Amino acid sequence: MSKTYYDPADLRKFGKITEWSEELGNKFFEYYGKVFEEGALSAREKSLIALAVAHTEQCPYCIDAYTKDGLQRGVTKEEMMEAIHVGAAIKSGATLVHGVQMMNKVNKLDG
Amino acid sequence: MTKLKTQSLKKRQSDLANTNKQLEILSNGIFQNGELPKFKDKIAETNQFPLKAKPLEILQINVGYMCNQVCEHCHVDAGPDRKEIMTRETMQQILDVVKTTGAHTLDLTGGAPEMNPNFRWFVEEASKIGVKDFIVRSNLTIIRANKKYYDLPEFFKKHNIHVVSSMPHWTRGKTDKQRGEGVFDMSIKALQELNAVGYGIPGSNLKLDLVYNPSGAFLPGDQAAMEKDFKNALMEDFSIQFHNLFAITNLPISRFLDYLIASENYEDYMYSLVEAYNPMAVENVMCTNTLSVSWDGYLFDCDFNQMLELPVNSKVKHISDYNEELLEGRNIVISQHCYGCTAGAGSSCQGTVA
Repeated sequence: MSKTYYDPADLRKFGKITEWSEELGNKFFEYYGKVFEEGALSAREKSLIALAVAHTEQCPYCIDAYTKDGLQRGVTKEEMMEAIHVGAAIKSGATLVHGVQMMNKVNKLDG
Repeated sequence: MTKLKTQSLKKRQSDLANTNKQLEILSNGIFQNGELPKFKDKIAETNQFPLKAKPLEILQINVGYMCNQVCEHCHVDAGPDRKEIMTRETMQQILDVVKTTGAHTLDLTGGAPEMNPNFRWFVEEASKIGVKDFIVRSNLTIIRANKKYYDLPEFFKKHNIHVVSSMPHWTRGKTDKQRGEGVFDMSIKALQELNAVGYGIPGSNLKLDLVYNPSGAFLPGDQAAMEKDFKNALMEDFSIQFHNLFAITNLPISRFLDYLIASENYEDYMYSLVEAYNPMAVENVMCTNTLSVSWDGYLFDCDFNQMLELPVNSKVKHISDYNEELLEGRNIVISQHCYGCTAGAGSSCQGTVA
């Protein structure tokens, strides 16, 4: 049987992290739950942000979790893909904007 | 025109057309090896076993399994090929019960209830008796399926019927995926016709509610949030209005169970249901105040038990022997499919319960 670092079934065990550090684990899940409550942003908007971040972080557990969460909230696949493009645009933008640093350096060293 | 999505399990001669096979799946595997607790043990943790029937509030009548649609997830395994249809004789027996029952709601379902040849007669007779809330679960497309059904909105209005209709999503793609090509457009047209005669307008006593059930292997989201999204989208795109949205969880039986197994989602789905288990929902689960009557007059705790051929645990088995006092306090028949009604905010034919 092939072994991989990621097992989809491990997502179900996420809550078990509290077993080895109860106070911190509980505080994290309390915070986590609070973050996703309806606030100035709707829970639906937060779900889409989470999905985009899940992709930029390339967390397979988070991708599974927030794809399902989005479906549960009636989010369409087109909305999900647009959210991921937002993440991708920021990722690529963040790479490219550093090009200015490279240009600055080139100009300083060899200008 | 709509295009049928599939065929009934019965027509396909699928193994799952056999209800014993379904019950076997729901009791074996992850529920047998202890990975997940059986429903009975779960409700026992909060001293809620056995579930007992309370005084009857809702009499739900399944007038037949025939339907003009073959939705991918139908728990009835309904379709055009299903010939189980309630006779006028059984309807008369039900009318005799309606005259004496303490139930405040009469709820007609199917299949497409309108396809029963005695549907209109039954509605006329039952409405004469006077029931506080008289529901017909209409799939909407039937209203546009054939000329003989075009006047249904007026017929419903005449008898002050509370129309409850399925609508899996406010977008064409997701609706047609679950219910068949063309279903979305026909449903929109039917909703506009219901609005035109006064159904679903704010303040109108002609009640029009929609039922949302997920199009795949996931649970429904928050009912109030979904209602808001449905209302905004249907108003913006089609100027459609309706009163309430009921978010209903798909129960792992019949064609939805078949889908879960075929798509390798069964175990994850059962985990989702068990993880979302809410003891508060058990308190108000619909089988405790509802009685489901099958097309041939037999009694069940709910429409799902009817489809699993799990009859009421009572001396009274058939509508012809009906006795409300004897049925009250009976132990509800349960299996692992019941997790579908106790997940999250709970689920019933009237939406969330907790």
